[in-house]
Amino acid sequence: MARITEASQAYSFSRRALLLGGGQAAVGLVLAGRMTWLAVFENEHYKLLAESNRVNMTLSPPRRGWIVDRNGVPIANNRTDFRVDLIPDRLVDRDRVLATLQQILSLTPEDMARIQTDLKRAAGFQPVAVKENLDWERFAAISVRLPELPGVAPTRGFARNYPLGAGVGHLVGYVGTASAEQYKKEKDPLLVTPGFKLGKDGLERAMEAELRGKAGAKRVEVTARGRLVRELETRPDVPGKNIKLTIDALLQEYVARRMGTNSGSAVVIDVANGDILSMVSVPSYDPNAFSDGISQSEWKILAEDDHVPLMNKVLQGLYPPGSTVKPMNGLALMQAGVDPHMRIQCSGAMRVGNGVFHCHKRGGHGPLDLRNAIMQSCDIYFYEMIRRVGYDAIAPVARALGLGQKFDLPFSSQRYGTVPDSEWKQRRYKTKWTVADSLNASIGQGYVLSNPLQLAVMASRIASGRALVPRLIAGTHMEPAAPLTATSEQLAIVRDAMFGVVNAGGTGGAARMLVPGVAMAAKTGTAQVRRITMAERRGGVLKNGQLPFKLRDHALLVCFAPADNPKYAAGIVLEHNGHTIRNLDTPLIGRDIMTFLFDRERAIKSLHEVEPTWGGDYTTRMKAQADAFKAAQSAPPPPAPEDAAGAVSNIASEAGNATTSNTIDPRAAERGSAEIEP
Amino acid sequence: MSVLGPGLVPQPLAQLPWRVILLVLAIGTFGLVVLFSAAGGNLYPWAWNQGVKFVVFLGMAIALSRVPESWWALGTFPVYGVILLMLFGVELLGAVAGGSQRWLDLGFIRLQPSELMKPVIVLTMARFYEMLPAGEIRKFGALWPAAVLIGLPAGLVMLQPDLGTALMITGCGVIVMFLAGIPLRLFIGGALLLAVSAPLAVTFLLHDYQRNRVLIFMDPESDPLGTGYHISQSKIAIGSGGIFGKGFLNGTQSHLDYLPEGHTDFALATMMEEWGLLGGVALIIAFGLLIGWGVNVGLRAKTKFGRLTAGGLAGTIFLYASINMAMVMGLAPVVGVPLPLVSFGGSAVMTIMICLGILMSIDRGNRRVTRW
Repeated sequence: MARITEASQAYSFSRRALLLGGGQAAVGLVLAGRMTWLAVFENEHYKLLAESNRVNMTLSPPRRGWIVDRNGVPIANNRTDFRVDLIPDRLVDRDRVLATLQQILSLTPEDMARIQTDLKRAAGFQPVAVKENLDWERFAAISVRLPELPGVAPTRGFARNYPLGAGVGHLVGYVGTASAEQYKKEKDPLLVTPGFKLGKDGLERAMEAELRGKAGAKRVEVTARGRLVRELETRPDVPGKNIKLTIDALLQEYVARRMGTNSGSAVVIDVANGDILSMVSVPSYDPNAFSDGISQSEWKILAEDDHVPLMNKVLQGLYPPGSTVKPMNGLALMQAGVDPHMRIQCSGAMRVGNGVFHCHKRGGHGPLDLRNAIMQSCDIYFYEMIRRVGYDAIAPVARALGLGQKFDLPFSSQRYGTVPDSEWKQRRYKTKWTVADSLNASIGQGYVLSNPLQLAVMASRIASGRALVPRLIAGTHMEPAAPLTATSEQLAIVRDAMFGVVNAGGTGGAARMLVPGVAMAAKTGTAQVRRITMAERRGGVLKNGQLPFKLRDHALLVCFAPADNPKYAAGIVLEHNGHTIRNLDTPLIGRDIMTFLFDRERAIKSLHEVEPTWGGDYTTRMKAQADAFKAAQSAPPPPAPEDAAGAVSNIASEAGNATTSNTIDPRAAERGSAEIEP
Repeated sequence: MSVLGPGLVPQPLAQLPWRVILLVLAIGTFGLVVLFSAAGGNLYPWAWNQGVKFVVFLGMAIALSRVPESWWALGTFPVYGVILLMLFGVELLGAVAGGSQRWLDLGFIRLQPSELMKPVIVLTMARFYEMLPAGEIRKFGALWPAAVLIGLPAGLVMLQPDLGTALMITGCGVIVMFLAGIPLRLFIGGALLLAVSAPLAVTFLLHDYQRNRVLIFMDPESDPLGTGYHISQSKIAIGSGGIFGKGFLNGTQSHLDYLPEGHTDFALATMMEEWGLLGGVALIIAFGLLIGWGVNVGLRAKTKFGRLTAGGLAGTIFLYASINMAMVMGLAPVVGVPLPLVSFGGSAVMTIMICLGILMSIDRGNRRVTRW
C-alpha cells in the first residue's frame, strides 16, 4: 500500500471530486427524467386530474315534457317557479344565514329540521333546497339581500302545472322529488338536484322515460376552497318529449264536474277506434298540490275521506257489474241458440233447489221476450235462460266483450276483476259450480267483478260490433279491431233493446237525450253491496236513503250514442250512490256526458243549472272542504308519510280491498239473492 | 470587459466572478417571477420581499468574497462552537416555552442556527481534515471526531424536530469526509447499513408526522386528502404542465389553491405548471452549472482546506436542490427542504449566499495565485 502524502491526497481529492460530480450529474439526470416522465408521458393523466380539480359541474333540471290532449290542449305543462337553494360549500355563517332565511321565508320548524339534515348529508357543491314555489315578493326579498347571505342561491326554475287540477288527478298522477331508493337505483346526480321532480303516479310515472328530458349543465371554475372563479360554459337542458293523449281535455273536465259529489268513475270511448276520450275518477286529489308536496292537513283530508279520493277507481275499483251485463247475456244466449222471441213468464220469484231467487219487481213482469227482458231488466228471464244454457256458455262472450280482461294501459296498478265459470271455481275454491252460481252471475253479481273501464269497453264493443281495444296514448299503432262473433242480427236486437231502455219505456227513461236526431242506448245497473235477509224481505226491503253510505247500492250505466249509428260509448259507476238524488244518478249524468259530445252548450247549460245544488265545481268544493277541515281542526294531525306515492298506493289498495269485501259475499249469494231496481 | 480596458471599470468590480453572479442573478430572478405568479400576479406578499432579501444577501456574498481564505480556516471552530451553543439555546428555549422552536429572536433578525450549521459543518469538517496529518486518514482517529462533530448538531436539529435540516447537515458533513479520502469501503458499508436500518429508524426514531410523511411517500394515493395531498397535487401540477407549460400566470393548480405551499417548498411545481418541462430542465441545468463551478473551484484550490470547503459547499447546494426536487416530484418523502433561490424564505437565501460568498472567496484566492 502506497504511503499517503499531501500530494497523493490532492490527487485522490480530484478523483473523488470528479466521482462526486459525476454522481451529482447522474442525480440531475434522474430528476430530469422524472420531470419528463411526469410532464410528457403522464401528461394526459395529470391534465385530466388538474381539470377535474378546477372544474365543477352543476346540473339544472330539464323541463319536463308536456302532456297534451288530442287537440293539443295542455293537461300537464310547466310554469315558472321561484325557489331558493343553499350551496353548502359557500355558506360562511350557517346559523345566521339560516335564521335570516327562516325569518324572510317564514320557514316552519319542520322545514328547518329538513334543511339541517340535508346540509349534513350534502357534499360540497350539491345544492340543498330551502323552499320552492315562492311568490315574487319573497324571491325579490332574498335576491336583494344576497350580499349578506353567502351560500344562498335564488333560482328560477320550472314546476309542474296541471291546468285542470283535480279533474285529471288520477289520469296524470303527479310528480315529486326522488326518494333515496330511487337515487340508489339510478345513481344519477340529477335525481338529487333541487328542483328536479320525477313522476310518482299515473301517466307521469309510467311515461317517466319520455317525459324527463336531459339535464342542462353549468361548468364553473372553482378554487380548492370552493370559491367560484368564473363560469366556463353552459349546456342548455333538453326538454322531455311531449305526450299526446287521446283524452279530450274539455270533456274530461266536464265529466269530472258533472259527476258532482259522487264517489265514482266514468270512461268515454270513441267507438271508431277505441280512443279513451275521458277517464275520470272522483273525488280526486289536486296533482298541483301533490307535486308541490302536500301539507299534513291536505293529506289528512284525503286519507280520511270515505269517498277514497286517493284511489283511481277507473282501473283499481272492482264492482259487481249488475244488470249492465244483461245486453251481453242477450248476445251470449242468442249465440247459445236461444230464440230471442221466446217468452219467459216472470212471477217475481223463482225457486231453485232450496233457495228462492227474486226479481227486483215484486209482482213480476209477466211474460217477456229477450228485448223486453233487457228493457225492463227482468231478473227472472235471465235466471231461467242461463239456468238452461249454463253459465259456461255465457262466460266466453263476457270475456270477448272485455270483462275481466287486461288492457295494456300505462298505469302501474290495475285490477282486472273476474268472469267466473266452472273451471275457474274449481281452481279457485276447489268446489263445483252450482246453479245458484249461474243465477247470481247472470245478473252480474256473485263472483262477477269488473272495473269501470271494462264496462265502457263492453259498451263500445256492443256498439261497434268489433273487439275495440282502449287506447290512451295518441298515435299508438293498433291492429284493426276484429269483428265480434255475434251476427249483426243478434247485435241489432241487443242494440234495439238498449235503445228501448231509454226511449221506449225501459228502466232508463230518465236518460233520454234532448239533442235533436241523437238518441242514446243504454243499460242501467244496480249492484247490491249487502245481503238482504229473508226477514228484511218480509218486512219490506230498506230504502237506500235509510242506509249508511257504505251499505248503499252501487249505481252503474253503460251506454252509447247515437243509438242508430254509434260514435261514443261510456261506462259509469257510482259507488254507494243508491239512486238517492236524481241529478246525481247515472241516467242524468250519462245523458249529460253524451249530450256534451253532440251539443256542448246544452250540456254546459244543464251543468250550470244543477251544479249549485251540490256546492259548485270540484275546485270550489275542495277548497270549502279544506277550510272546514282547518276550522274544525284543533288536535294536531298525524304526521304525513315520508313518501306520498307509497302511501297513496297503500290507501288505494286498502280502498280496493274494501270495495271488494263490500261487494256481496259469494257464499252468501249462493243461498239466494237478488238485485233491486228502483 | 477586456474591450473596455482595465481603466474604465474599477479593479475590484472587474475582479468579481461575473459569470457566476449572473447565473445566480438569473436563477434568483426566475425565482422572483415564480413568486410573482404564485401570488396571482402580485409583487406582494412574496416577490418584493424576497427580492429585497435576495439583493441584500447577494451583496453580503460579494462582501464575503473579499474575506481571505485563511480567515475562514481560523474562524471555523469558534463559529462552529457558537452555533452549537445556539442550537442548545434553541432547544432549551423550546423546552421552556413548550413546543418546538427553531429560531432565536435577536431583535433585528430571527436567526435559525440550524440553517447556519449547513455551511459551517462543511467548514468544520474541512478544517478538521486539513489539520489531520495525511497519514491518519485511513485510521479510526480520522473517523470518530468527524462523527462527533456531525452528530452533535444533527442530533440537536433532529430534536427540534427538523428531519430535512438534520439530513442536510449529515449529508454535507459526509460529502466532505468522502472528499477528504475516507476509505470507500466505509461509505459502501455505511450505505448498506442505512438501507437495513432505515425501516427501523422510520419505525422507532421518527415523530408521528414524519413517519406519516415517509409512509405517504411510499403510497401518496392512500391518503389523497391528508398528508398525501401535497405530493398528489404537486405531481398533478407538474404533470399537467406538459412540455411547454400552461403559460405564465395560467397555472390553475397554484392559482386556485389546489397546490399547497406553492410559494415555499413546492415552488418547483408552481413553476413547472406554467413553464413546463423546459422550465424544469433549464433550472436543473442552471443548478448544474452553479454546482459544477463550485466543484471546479475546489479542483483549482491550492490548499486542502480550500479544496474540501469548495467541494463540500457545492455539495450543500446540490443537496438543497436535489432533495427538494425529488420530494416535489414524489421521489422522496416530504421533509421540508426549500428549493434554493426560488422558494420564498430568507434563511435559505442566506445559507446559499454564505456558501456562494465562501466559494467566491476561495475562487478569488485561486485566481490571485494564478495571476501572480
